[in-house]
Amino acid sequence: MTDAVSVPPRPDRLARALFRFRQSRLSVIGAVMVAVVLLLAVFGPMIAPYPQDIAGAVSTAERFQPPSLAHPLGTNELGQDVLSLTLGGTRVSVLAGFGVVLIGAAIGTLVGAVAGYVGGWTDEALMRLTDLTLTIPGLILAMAIAAALGPGFQNMVLAISLSWWPGYARLVRGEVLAAREEVYVTAARALGAGPGRILFRHVLPNCVSPIIVKMSLDMGFAILTVAGLGFIGIGVRPPTPEWGTLLSTSRAYMPDYWWTAMGPGLAMFIAVFGFNLLGDGLRDSLDPKGRR
Amino acid sequence: MSESTSDPILRIENVTKTYAGRSGLFGRAAPVQALKGVSLDVTRGQSFGLVGESGSGKTTLTRSILRLEEPTSGRILFEGQDMAKLSAKALRALRARVQIVFQDPYASLNPRMSVGQIVTEPMAIHHDLLRLSAAQQRERAAELLTLVGLGPQHLGRHPHEFSGGQRQRIGIARALASGPDLLLLDEPTSALDVSVQAQVLNLLIELQDRLGLTYFFISHDLAVVRYLCDRVALIHHGSLVEEGPTDRIFDAPQTDYARMLIGAAPELRVP
Repeated sequence: MTDAVSVPPRPDRLARALFRFRQSRLSVIGAVMVAVVLLLAVFGPMIAPYPQDIAGAVSTAERFQPPSLAHPLGTNELGQDVLSLTLGGTRVSVLAGFGVVLIGAAIGTLVGAVAGYVGGWTDEALMRLTDLTLTIPGLILAMAIAAALGPGFQNMVLAISLSWWPGYARLVRGEVLAAREEVYVTAARALGAGPGRILFRHVLPNCVSPIIVKMSLDMGFAILTVAGLGFIGIGVRPPTPEWGTLLSTSRAYMPDYWWTAMGPGLAMFIAVFGFNLLGDGLRDSLDPKGRR
Repeated sequence: MSESTSDPILRIENVTKTYAGRSGLFGRAAPVQALKGVSLDVTRGQSFGLVGESGSGKTTLTRSILRLEEPTSGRILFEGQDMAKLSAKALRALRARVQIVFQDPYASLNPRMSVGQIVTEPMAIHHDLLRLSAAQQRERAAELLTLVGLGPQHLGRHPHEFSGGQRQRIGIARALASGPDLLLLDEPTSALDVSVQAQVLNLLIELQDRLGLTYFFISHDLAVVRYLCDRVALIHHGSLVEEGPTDRIFDAPQTDYARMLIGAAPELRVP
């Protein structure tokens, strides 16, 4: 029985994906940028040169100082160190972006999976609801929700999430429609497996890669949207530093005190760019079919 | 080989399946009759071969036996019980006793599950019937893998680490896990290399001897059917053309279609 002798174990799926990922320099750069952003989100307030500024300390004697050794990114209209504020804002922005993507993906996956698996009228109803949500501009809906619930971190995350899920619902529905026709799903049905077991053990685990890819691609946009809400003033309330809010206040002092916008702007650029590169890399390595 | 039909484990009575035509922009397409009044008996402990070309209704019949599809009319009886009249609970219990091995060993195993998970899943689904603890399930999975020529060392591996023949063995182990009496074999060897085909066939014969299984063997490979089956039925365009003991069908076919089919086989090699 030659075929009973096991073949030497081939590199596992994950190892192969990692190999493909490392082949692309841009993906690795993206991963490093994301790693830096995540590290700063955790340790930012600790390594900030002026931690008291993050807490809201004001020193009017030092307002609008241009970048120097003492203040690498200068100071703002309250004499606060822009570098410290930017570092302090990383946590809020990353956490909000992460929350939005996570909640959006959870709602979208649930809606898409049920729609794709149950089919029929349920599918029609859920997908029309999805289409309806898609027609409402995300930022406007988020503004309306935030305005109704009042500003604040949780409300902001919730507001953006509620406009964020349709993309996931559509993606997951398509994946579920394809996966439910697989032979191993028929095998599970022939075994007598119930719909819950089929959906959660056979269908959804085989849809995970595209969801993860979309989540990492979406992180950048989610951070941007959070900053956008902060910019128009319905995000996190001062004195908690947040990139969008920081940009919004510095807008009044452009172009004379340009450095006040540099810190948060640059941070946003790095975060969004990094997450996009990482997402592209993940897509190429985890989900090669998804490549355009 | 006994000719008695006194104890049919599976009886198919006049089963018809009609698929409604799709209604499109330019009216309705004609309905498709996949099965036209098929009747047959499968005797316990025997191997029953169902032979037909692509599109002859073989797959529809298998799916109907597994109750993945409802026949339009007719009855399918398992041990004298009409499967359509079973309660949801009884149907679930019956699914433990009628199992299937699929044609494509690459598509029929979930790539995200380990071999251990794949083989223990039937025991988890039919836990109320088999009453095995997690440790017992794992032990039985190891036994089953040994039975099909693999071993306990393969429990933690994933399907992609195995060859086609090995995967088919895993598929057989999964089908056996719930302790079935009737095994539907849907062209279990047609996706395999010729050298591996013979090994899998011999494994199936060995398992039948040891476990007293009844096989419902679907194939278009006449040589394999002749080697394995006690009785054969030929199906063509949804209706049975000829049915009888294997030797009679192959040596003295009664109908033109049977003669044509057997004459068209390139060479009736016996593995």
